[in-house]
Amino acid sequence: MSLLQVEALDCRYGLLQAVRGVSFEVDEGETVALIGANGAGKTTLLRAIAGAHQPHAGRVTFAGADITRLPAHTRVRRGIALVPEGRRLFAGLTVEENLRVATSSRGGTRWSVQKVLDVFPFLKERLHMPAATLSGGEQQAVAIGRALMTSPRLLLLDEASLGLAPVAVDAVYRSLADVIREGTTVLLVEQDLTRALEVAGRVICMLEGRVVLEGDAGTLDRERIVSAYFGLRRAAAGGG
Amino acid sequence: MANAILQGIFLGAFYAVLACGLSLMFGVMRIINLAHGDIAVLGAYIVLVIVQGTGMSPLVGFVVALPVMIALGYVLQLTVLERALKSGLLTPLLATFGLSIVIQNLLLLKFSPDVHSLGASAGALTTESWNVFGGVTIPALGLVVLAVAVVVYGALQLYLSRTRSGWRMRATAEDPDAAELAGIDSRHVYARATAIAVAIAALGGLFLALRSVFDPVSGPTQLIFAFEAVVIGGMGSLWGTLLGGLALGVAQTLGAQLNPEYAALSGHVLFLVVLVLRFGGIRYARGGARA
Repeated sequence: MSLLQVEALDCRYGLLQAVRGVSFEVDEGETVALIGANGAGKTTLLRAIAGAHQPHAGRVTFAGADITRLPAHTRVRRGIALVPEGRRLFAGLTVEENLRVATSSRGGTRWSVQKVLDVFPFLKERLHMPAATLSGGEQQAVAIGRALMTSPRLLLLDEASLGLAPVAVDAVYRSLADVIREGTTVLLVEQDLTRALEVAGRVICMLEGRVVLEGDAGTLDRERIVSAYFGLRRAAAGGG
Repeated sequence: MANAILQGIFLGAFYAVLACGLSLMFGVMRIINLAHGDIAVLGAYIVLVIVQGTGMSPLVGFVVALPVMIALGYVLQLTVLERALKSGLLTPLLATFGLSIVIQNLLLLKFSPDVHSLGASAGALTTESWNVFGGVTIPALGLVVLAVAVVVYGALQLYLSRTRSGWRMRATAEDPDAAELAGIDSRHVYARATAIAVAIAALGGLFLALRSVFDPVSGPTQLIFAFEAVVIGGMGSLWGTLLGGLALGVAQTLGAQLNPEYAALSGHVLFLVVLVLRFGGIRYARGGARA
């Protein structure tokens, strides 16, 4: 049975429809990349799965239970964690406080501050500094660490590499590989197609709020992904 | 002069206790609770009922009233204020203004406009004072209020900086959406903040009832002093509010040295001066944001 099921999801901001009838499933242990141009609805979709955006219609099922109407903090307890776009750290809190405010899911104590430091060793000397004083890459590490502290079954990552130096991006993706090895299911939004295809087993491409292409990262031909990404007709006909 | 400053500090400690909950609610939820003074007076009436019914001392009566006030704060947040918060910036202001009128009229209905005090039932606490040297006197109640104020602010500071629950409150104050995504139940964090604020307001009400008299419409006056303390100290800063309360108290007693009628006035003047200076600061910040 799949861990996450999204069925006919519609999300709106006033009159603007950001997500239109999106359906897909993610199996336990899978890593799925959500790609698409700016404004394709990827961030809204992740926020709707995490409970930060209330969808207009459709259904989100997690581990067999309908969670469409649950508030975000309840979904965290069930095992969904979102690393939000722009990191959204608590600037006035120290790194350690940022990590430790996150509540662990019931019975799930797989992650601790120590274990986050094992994944991001460079945070060790920043532990007692306010989050606002950190560099972008360090902040992203704290944001991922904060999500991991909830011991998620499903980790949602929104543009983890946005605005980071290439070295920092490498560090983030190395740690992500560790997380995936642990058995955590990952659904990530990534602008960098090469990165996305490297880390993900499956790719879902969105265009103007719809899923236009879906398939295994290994078998999809790159040209077809690029066409779907920019909405060229050839891909739209082939995708779905 | 030295005595006036000392008495001002004792008075200011009372204002600081009154202002503490107002400052906390503004800091955590950005709510300016216009019913804060009336909640303090309501606390005083609840203590009064307990004292009259059982013959307890007011301090013990307050301890009995405390769970009632905490529960009241919790329910107030989860019912009225939570709904108000969802509908924009102005609605909480209107909702608490309405709450203020409701509390005043319920108190009028139940207790009549008669003036009450708990001073007489507290025994030596309200009458005892010590002459230290020269003209300097230390009233027992003033000393107790000052000590309680320091303990309340210290405990709140420790809670916010040392406990996980306190970190969650600061996190929610900064970014409620991100807090939800970190698994924090923001509704209950807000309810906890309001419960603490209402409990400390009741403590302010107790001190009001011990040091002078109160009636059903005493609330708004107390709100003004509390509000001035918060603004003088800087909106959203807890330690600032303590200092703001003390500054307000000292300004009032120094003004009263010149002429007893200037007491409240000199407090208002200090408030206005700080407000004007701060306006310059806001303009400066706006210019900085543009650059």
